[in-house]
Amino acid sequence: MLRWLVAKAARSIGVLLVSTFAVFSLMFGNGPGIARAVAGLRATDEDVARLVVELGLDRPLPEQYWSWLTGVIHGDLGRSYFTGQSVSSALATRVPVTLGITAVTVALTAVIAVLLGVAAATRGGWVDRGVQFGSVLGTAVPSFIVAIALVFAFAINVRWLPATGYNSPERGIGAWLASITLPTLALLIGSVASAAQQFRAAAIETMSQDFVRTLRARGVAERAVVFRHVLRNSAGPGLTVLSLQVFGVLGGAVFIEQVFAIPGIGQLGNKCAQQGDVPMVMGAVVVTIFVVLIVNFAADLVASLLNPKARAK
Amino acid sequence: MKAIRVTAGHEAPQAKRSTAARVLTNPQAAICLAFLLGVTAFGALAGVIAPKGPNFTDLAITNAPPFTPGHLLGGDGAGRDMLARLAWGTHQSAIACAMILAVSVVVGMSSGLIAGFYRGKFEAVANFVCELFMSLPGVVLLIALYSLTGPNTAAAMGAYGLLIAPSYFRIVRGIVLGVRNELYVDAAKVVGLSDFRIVGRHVLWAVRGPVVIQSAFVLASGIGIEAGVAFLGLSDPARASWGVTLQNAFDNIYANPVAVVWPALLVSATIMAFILLGNALSDVLAASSRSVRLSPRRRREVQDAARPAPSAEPAPRAAGSSGNPPAPVDSPLALSIRGLRVGYPTDAETVREVVHGADLDIHKGEVHGLVGESGSGKTQMALAALGILPREAVLLGGSVFFDGADLLQDPKLMARARGQRIGYIPQEPMTNLDPSFTVGAQLVYGLRAARPMPKREARERVADLLRQVGIGDPKRVMGLYPHEVSGGMAQRILICGAIAPGPDILVADEPTTALDVTVQAEVLDLLRGLVRDRGLATLLVTHNLGVVADMCDTVSVMKEGLIVEKGTVDQIFNQPVHEYTLELLTSSRHVELMEAV
Repeated sequence: MLRWLVAKAARSIGVLLVSTFAVFSLMFGNGPGIARAVAGLRATDEDVARLVVELGLDRPLPEQYWSWLTGVIHGDLGRSYFTGQSVSSALATRVPVTLGITAVTVALTAVIAVLLGVAAATRGGWVDRGVQFGSVLGTAVPSFIVAIALVFAFAINVRWLPATGYNSPERGIGAWLASITLPTLALLIGSVASAAQQFRAAAIETMSQDFVRTLRARGVAERAVVFRHVLRNSAGPGLTVLSLQVFGVLGGAVFIEQVFAIPGIGQLGNKCAQQGDVPMVMGAVVVTIFVVLIVNFAADLVASLLNPKARAK
Repeated sequence: MKAIRVTAGHEAPQAKRSTAARVLTNPQAAICLAFLLGVTAFGALAGVIAPKGPNFTDLAITNAPPFTPGHLLGGDGAGRDMLARLAWGTHQSAIACAMILAVSVVVGMSSGLIAGFYRGKFEAVANFVCELFMSLPGVVLLIALYSLTGPNTAAAMGAYGLLIAPSYFRIVRGIVLGVRNELYVDAAKVVGLSDFRIVGRHVLWAVRGPVVIQSAFVLASGIGIEAGVAFLGLSDPARASWGVTLQNAFDNIYANPVAVVWPALLVSATIMAFILLGNALSDVLAASSRSVRLSPRRRREVQDAARPAPSAEPAPRAAGSSGNPPAPVDSPLALSIRGLRVGYPTDAETVREVVHGADLDIHKGEVHGLVGESGSGKTQMALAALGILPREAVLLGGSVFFDGADLLQDPKLMARARGQRIGYIPQEPMTNLDPSFTVGAQLVYGLRAARPMPKREARERVADLLRQVGIGDPKRVMGLYPHEVSGGMAQRILICGAIAPGPDILVADEPTTALDVTVQAEVLDLLRGLVRDRGLATLLVTHNLGVVADMCDTVSVMKEGLIVEKGTVDQIFNQPVHEYTLELLTSSRHVELMEAV
């Protein structure tokens, strides 16, 4: 178990390093381009050339990456090229916003999708067909179009909920919940649709196992078979499904924050990318990768704790 | 309402139609394809629909409502015709789709082929890259890429194609691994075809179905990501695309809300068409690999039609009451299966019958063997007696009489009898224990489900029984997980599970087939002892006549879903009447002779 943990952690760190280096190379690859964007339209070529050196963009990429990485390890993600604000302080206000919405969405997904998936798998018939049809519908419509539809309904027609904007939890849990309701709903629909489909498949897979038949033959009631044995044995694949939802929801949040004007990391990354504020974008990207990897790691860990065979190793 | 066909099960399958014909006659696929063709035509005819181009401005139609003369969908906030922008915008979506598909198919398939064929380092690296791509949501990468390329749809979509490539990689690699192990590629290697031609001939052929299906889903995501990126403002705002049009309309939503509807609908409907097309394709192309299930309504129809009027069949309380040959053992019936018919759906309209009205009587205190080759329907009989047929199975008729009542007519009675009165010993011990619970936990739980009792008492009873089935240290074994016990021990545990509630009848489905020869003998001894001591009526399903001779009092011989002969063990072994019984006996003697040599 310990060896498995260490190997898994090492692999995750490897993925983190390689993927951040790849993204870093993409973004910092064009030094003069970045400098021109920062210097503004009226800058002369000399100004730009001077700025390239000033920002250290003339150094080889591995060297730039190394100094960025050593900074990150010391908690310094650099400073914005435009406002001079430190990237970590900008992220400190942005990350909780996005993660809050993500956590609520995934938690609700877990509950709703498990119920729908298991109901579809065990009941069959119209429940099954309903869930499957809903899944196709929910995965087909991109989350930002769902979001636009929600704004269309709630901002234009009925005004039950704030259509745009964000209240932090410090201003009251009620205000916070009200402000994240529509964004969460927009993310939730696609997330539930795809997760329910996969939970259904996992439950059907488990129910076709021999031991389920033997449990039935032994007189165990259907309800107990489903809730005790099928759920327990589907928990491993289920966790993988949920960790994939975190991945999907973080991606979707970029769009949702744009639609609802929510000050999260997605909005920060998008705004700064269009400006050419690469240190900020890099900060937003690395946080996203980090969260995805941590969640994957945790999901794998819990799944193997739930599996007696893996636990023994 | 269409009637469901029940076939006898031996007829040839329908002649195969060509794949294209099957796709086109699938209504879902046909409708989706027609819609997508329509969208393509809409884009191709953009020059005809809107000769002035997507950016032509006429301030008179600023925020014009739909159905304004000459402007079917109205105008946007800048006085541009919505229909023109969407028609021309189709080009951007087409470019995006082409880019994504080209990059992901080429990269994913070629790397999948190489990884599957040569394995080794390349495969390890490719798997790592896949993991890498799964750490970065696509849109986040596109945001990062924007810093390098600026608004460049083709580059962004190429990068997105790269991120999607693992989905093809996995499909192709998996299929190559499968195909590689199949005989025909080996044969091709022997003949001396080059690797390239092996790939060309066999793998690409095997891979085409799944790749086509996956492509439909990739195109769906391509439409979404192109629209999304444009919506974020990461594509060239001067070029009309569905996403740019949507973004413009959204920015203007308070002045002209309806304008949002058209691009949103177009994007959603196109994605939906691709997804439904993919689903339909996988139904058509991959149908044979999936088990077919009837809808509950159809299932009820079939079963109701097959069920006799309730009074038609009196419960046979004693042997020979319904004109069957007299029972060889003169004791009351424990369990009687009458006219059992079981079928499996082959598609939504056809049910193939595999058990054609079989009768089986088990008398109190006798061990009844049910023999026949695999596929003859023996296991179906055993499972039907317990009401645990697979979900897709359709009960077409017959009864299971127990204590004078038909269990098949009364699910509640069946549920009560199952476990408590009728015990079940499965064939494959290792897969019949729940891997997530300890041996003790599942035995205790099963016992209490059949016979409610305090947990303590159940634990003691289980420990006691485990000792009786030959497990020396029951307390330790009860704390083990199934993967920690051997096959022989697992079978002993399962036998313990079956007898724990104190049933009257035991149904054992090939209880020794999956075990080593030495363990087989031990388990048979154990079973024989238990059955004798407890006077259990037993249905022993087996293909092994040696086991029958060893254990059984009476035998039924089953062939192709029918009981062809029944009698005492002596009768069957010494005076077989049916040709098939003779055949079985001869072939098993051959095996014995061969083993003796």
